[in-house]
Amino acid sequence: MSKARLMQGNEACAEGAIAAGVNFFAGYPITPSTEIAESMARLLPKKGGTFLQMEDEIASFGAVLGASLAGAKAMDATSGPGFSLKQELIGYGACAEIPCVLVDVQRVGPSTGQPTAPSQGDIMQVRWGTHGDHPVIALSPWSVRETFDLTVRAVNYSERFRTPVILLMDEMVGHLRERVELPDSVEIYPRRHPHQTRAEGYEPYNPDPDGVPDTADFGQGYHIHVTGLIHDGTGFPSGSPTVTRDDIRRLHEKISSVGEEIIHVEESFLEDAKYAVVAIGGTARTAYEAVREARAEGIPVGLLRLITVWPFADAALHRLAERVDGLLVAELSYGQLVREVERAVHGKTEVRLCGKYDMTSLTPAEILADIKRMAGRDA
Amino acid sequence: MMERSYEKYFRENRLPHIWCPGCGNGLAMKAIVMAIEEKGLSQDETVIVSGIGCSSRASGYMDFDTLHTAHGRAIPFATGIKLANPKLHVIVITGDGDCTAIGGNHFIHGCRRNVDLTVIMFNNEIYGMTGGQGSPTTPLGRLTTTAPYGTSVRPFDACHIAMAAGATYVARSTAYHVRHLAKLIGEGIDNKGFSFIEAYVQCPTAYGRKNRLGDGGAMMKWMRDNAVQLSAWEKLPEEKRQGKFPIGCFLKREAEDFNMAYNELVNRAGGAR
Amino acid sequence: MKKELRFSGSGGQGVITAAVLLGEAAALEGREVCQSQSYGPEARGGAAKSEVIISDEAIYHPHVEHPDFVLAMTQKAADKYYKDLTKDGLLLLDEELVPNPPDFPNTRRIPITKLAIEEVGKPLFANIVALGAIVRLTDLVSLDTVKDCVAKRVPPHTVEANEKALRIGYEAAK
Repeated sequence: MSKARLMQGNEACAEGAIAAGVNFFAGYPITPSTEIAESMARLLPKKGGTFLQMEDEIASFGAVLGASLAGAKAMDATSGPGFSLKQELIGYGACAEIPCVLVDVQRVGPSTGQPTAPSQGDIMQVRWGTHGDHPVIALSPWSVRETFDLTVRAVNYSERFRTPVILLMDEMVGHLRERVELPDSVEIYPRRHPHQTRAEGYEPYNPDPDGVPDTADFGQGYHIHVTGLIHDGTGFPSGSPTVTRDDIRRLHEKISSVGEEIIHVEESFLEDAKYAVVAIGGTARTAYEAVREARAEGIPVGLLRLITVWPFADAALHRLAERVDGLLVAELSYGQLVREVERAVHGKTEVRLCGKYDMTSLTPAEILADIKRMAGRDA
Repeated sequence: MMERSYEKYFRENRLPHIWCPGCGNGLAMKAIVMAIEEKGLSQDETVIVSGIGCSSRASGYMDFDTLHTAHGRAIPFATGIKLANPKLHVIVITGDGDCTAIGGNHFIHGCRRNVDLTVIMFNNEIYGMTGGQGSPTTPLGRLTTTAPYGTSVRPFDACHIAMAAGATYVARSTAYHVRHLAKLIGEGIDNKGFSFIEAYVQCPTAYGRKNRLGDGGAMMKWMRDNAVQLSAWEKLPEEKRQGKFPIGCFLKREAEDFNMAYNELVNRAGGAR
Repeated sequence: MKKELRFSGSGGQGVITAAVLLGEAAALEGREVCQSQSYGPEARGGAAKSEVIISDEAIYHPHVEHPDFVLAMTQKAADKYYKDLTKDGLLLLDEELVPNPPDFPNTRRIPITKLAIEEVGKPLFANIVALGAIVRLTDLVSLDTVKDCVAKRVPPHTVEANEKALRIGYEAAK
């Protein structure tokens, strides 16, 4: 019998985390992400890992940051309201350069909103929600299998760049069950370790050539200091304007310097396309179907799916905008992704929004109608 | 000549500290390293975790792995550290605002969860770092910058909260009684579970001055005269307790710590740690 | 081949579990499957709807647009969910709980919950009775595969009763 099985997106996230070496999970129940915590509660003890249900959303992410500093690969999962509560500590993780993964299975907001209904309204809060300047890496899967793969990638990026990485899911994928076959093993990016001793002048926040520091774990004898205050290479707070500028700049450049390497997109039917749909996550599946139907009706349209949502795929969109006559952004919100697409294309092509925020996902017919309008056909 | 053996526990290049002349935080910090020395904890395997506020700056001066977290969140971070690497000794330094206001929920759930942490709350009854606003432990009627007509809300007794919430070791002493405080912290380190020690400290700058309590020395004399050892306190009639407060170990409770309970859970699940 | 199925009722009737089991069986038999659901905040009562798409090819849009099959376990669900059935689709109703069948030509009525109570002993088994009937009426997966999936998912002490429920539903759909 094959290893194929029916699996939910949220379960695949937990399986991906375990495969990537996550051995610590702290969380707080919240729809529609709860199955991730439940799966981790079932799986982690069997592997000798630690599962913690904390008293609130802030505590769970605090425990994750602490566990990571003590050497664990750590993850937390939540939905929009919980993500909002964790924002201060997300900034802490970015500032103190603590590897960890935070999953956001989006639901309709604002506030308690519609807890069980799909939405993609957290695109901006995952990017800009915490105060101050810091970069964000956010990945968005469109299938159950890709949820597994991107969870692994999120864990690896968090270790490579020493920063919290966001897995930006939506309810469509989180609660979707699909037939999947999972790999036996995955490639794992190991925890960075110091190359020097204290006697040799080791500094925990002195970056390697790639701009990322090899900060020691607690308990390795380095007596490091970790703080959310702006700090220099020693890790201690500094009141210096130069140190402040350099620290903030390095946080950005350690990620921007790798360029498009981490900005994954998927192109479908774009070779000869005169129009394109842009979408992420579960909505991209609907868009794919709509594009296929439009093609069947002779409309030269393609799909650009953003797998890496942040950093944004500026270059891919710019290239696309140069050769198409219009872009349609399909998303489950009042219009968030569309703003970023507009910014990226610099007015080089017309950008339209196919947005929805009524608790239901878009239908292929709805996107098809907007494709027809864009292409000047009667819808 | 007195031996200053505890000096090795400080990062000399990070001193002098930022605390005001007459502040009690340095004495409480010294009591912590006295206890660490007494208990023979390895500097390489001890982590000091603090929140935000005057007291929480202590972590930066201490030569261990140290973590200066966000406001109120020291206990959750410490919980993650201890459970990710149970061989580490984890000591939390927090303040009255950090622990009982913004971190209040973490405090009570820390007590309930009984992770093996030693939490020392420096209680100066005021928000010092932000310049003297009322905290949940400011006594009734005191003047603060946010209570210019005197506070009108009853204060918390943090030790009572810890006892009610399930901490397995609860004690209080003061900056005046450094050796006593160090002894209690040492007992907290010995306790395998969540230990809470309140260190009553003076803040002459943001609290004493406004309430005409005198300088640091005068405030410590007040501690000497009004802190009553628990054994004596228990014999004190109610009318004589007025204006005084008990110090000592209030509670030692036998309970399985989180790690032990979790290891059993792992066994039930068929895993190994 | 691509078939879209929708199971509807109220929370607690097990329409989501039934869809998951059918989806599991189809996945084991090598088909592509998408299974999803929508529900309100209530764990019991309230509207519940689950969907399964079974196909030989990759499935993109994961939700049912035009069902080939609809199961309705309440009057409310029947009235709401039969409308977008394909022309030659099939509507299966719980005979007792849907006293007023919607006006749809290809309708099958089986006393699903009544059978669960009278033959298996508890209304709890209604979803598995329904599943047995669905297996026969849709002919998408084999009864044996479904039986294996049921045995793996339910508590060990209820395997026998569940298998009975499955068989009774299958027989009732003759």
